[in-house]
Amino acid sequence: MSFDNVPSPDEIIDVGKKKLGDAWKYIPWFIGIFLLLGAARGMIYSIGPDEVGVIQRFGKYAGLSSPGLHAKIPFGIDKVTPIKVEKVFKEEFGFKTMQAGVRSRYGRGDYLDESLMLTGDLNILDVRWIVQFRIKDAVKLMFATRNPLNNIRDISEVVMRRFVGDYSVDEVLTVKREEIDDLSQQEIQRILDSYNVGVQIVTVKLLDVNPAEKVKPAFNEVNEAKQEKEKMINQAWEAYNKVIPKARGTAEKTIREAEGYAIDKVNRAKGESERFLATLKEYKKAPEITKKRMYLETMAEVLPEAREKYIIDKEQGSILPLLDINKKGGER
Amino acid sequence: MKNGAFGTILGVIIAIAAVVFLAFITGAVYIVNETQQVVITQFGKPVGEPVTSAGLHFKTPLIQQAHYFEKRLLDWDGDPNQIPTKDKKYIWVDTIARWTIVDALKFLQSVGNEMGVQGRLDDIINSATRDAVTSHLLVEAVRNSNRILESGSEGGEDVIVTDEALERIGVGRQMLESFILEKSNVLAPQYGIEIRDVRIKRINYVEDVRNKVYDRMIAERKRAAEKYRSEGQGKSAEIEGQVAKELKEITSEAYRQAQVITGKADAEAVSIYANAYNQDEQFYSFLKTLETYKETIDDKSTVILTTDSDYYRYLKSLDK
Repeated sequence: MSFDNVPSPDEIIDVGKKKLGDAWKYIPWFIGIFLLLGAARGMIYSIGPDEVGVIQRFGKYAGLSSPGLHAKIPFGIDKVTPIKVEKVFKEEFGFKTMQAGVRSRYGRGDYLDESLMLTGDLNILDVRWIVQFRIKDAVKLMFATRNPLNNIRDISEVVMRRFVGDYSVDEVLTVKREEIDDLSQQEIQRILDSYNVGVQIVTVKLLDVNPAEKVKPAFNEVNEAKQEKEKMINQAWEAYNKVIPKARGTAEKTIREAEGYAIDKVNRAKGESERFLATLKEYKKAPEITKKRMYLETMAEVLPEAREKYIIDKEQGSILPLLDINKKGGER
Repeated sequence: MKNGAFGTILGVIIAIAAVVFLAFITGAVYIVNETQQVVITQFGKPVGEPVTSAGLHFKTPLIQQAHYFEKRLLDWDGDPNQIPTKDKKYIWVDTIARWTIVDALKFLQSVGNEMGVQGRLDDIINSATRDAVTSHLLVEAVRNSNRILESGSEGGEDVIVTDEALERIGVGRQMLESFILEKSNVLAPQYGIEIRDVRIKRINYVEDVRNKVYDRMIAERKRAAEKYRSEGQGKSAEIEGQVAKELKEITSEAYRQAQVITGKADAEAVSIYANAYNQDEQFYSFLKTLETYKETIDDKSTVILTTDSDYYRYLKSLDK
């Protein structure tokens, strides 16, 4: 390190003067650089990955630029408008989301003008729906209509109301929702295409469809009545199930009993007749004596049972000469 | 030397910039955007055809003036109108329209600017709408087709449809829209514009009619609820009836079968007995009689016999 070259104060002032004098020469440079910087700043632009740039030169459409860094002519000669062509936009009808999230908050505003509509059977429904769309043609979007969003909103309302006006309350409330979604989507697309709006309708979806607040209780009553109806029918079937299977069982019992009776009856008949035939067979071998024996045996068996026995002589006309055979044990 | 050359270049650039600047300031050069069209006037008198192509254009500075107009499809949104329909229903009708300036020169001459034309459009479209709505029924403005009538049976479940709504329509909403469009376009060309599309955005009942409709809806729902209830009761009674019927059916069928079985058995028994007893009728009656003695004579019986009977005859004599 050496301090030999350290300039004296005079020298410093001198150098300063000289430099200032030189600086005047550089002023054009400064202006040039300034202009260049300005130009450079206006010359470079970037297009985001989900965008497309629409280039206009002196207002005339001059092409599209893809995502990335690009150059253009500065000073307002080239103008580039980035358009988000990938993003899906959403429009809400009949409500406003205040804050989207896991639990979205919805505005409590009164959008009844937008959501109340007439159904085909001349009833009033409160219909809320969304329309999702994407920009499919940035050039058309920018140059064909003045207010693309307004077109989308207006036409969505026009179409939704027209379709709801063609369905009955119950259809809009329940079974035909998807059909209305699909048809509206096609129709909105058709009309917007005829306007050259340059958007693609991604989805039309009916959200809350409700009867007006005032008639809601009546609608609920119908649902309750439906439930009630089901309940009554179920109860009736319950009673049916309680009675009929039991009756079938009882019937089966009656039939089985009859069958039992039949078997009993026939078997008895068979038994008795076989017994008779067997007896008859033996009887025929000695009919007279057997008959007598059987008769007497029976009498011997029967007479002791009787409380009183009167034996009357056949010549006796009155009942006086009666014989009480009881005391003699009724035996011969 | 170097600085000098640069200075010259710079001077040239500044000069060009100054000229361009001057050209714009005096109006020799003008830019037409893709969304615009321009009519050039000289002391208020139009010069040439309207300029519709975008880009850089030239005109005589200072004395010629450029009037810019929109080339795009423009909006018109009318205020809702209270209009009675042919069947005397008061409704709010809100229409929208889309229009373009097709003849910028005529547009400039007749209305001057967009502000001017909006008022004319109000008149044209509102009166066309009024004409269209008042000469048609409410259902014709609300519905677009006879879909409800045609698929009425398909719905099946709910039968609550107002009689009024069941009217078959000859024209629907879209037809009304095209009536309005056609009628509006009769007057539109004189302003250098063309109405491209007219749509009925909203149709709603006026306030007091709306309340009546609510009342009617409530009444209809109550009717439907009542219908479901009575259907439930009816179905329940039907099932009850079926129970009774099936019960009778089951018991009587069982009784019938039992009778048949019993009868057959009885008949078989009769035939078995007859076959056996026929072999010796006398012996049978003898046996049976003896049997009946056994069964009929008990300790309550009093037996009176004569000595003539077989049993006691020996009481009198042995040799009989």
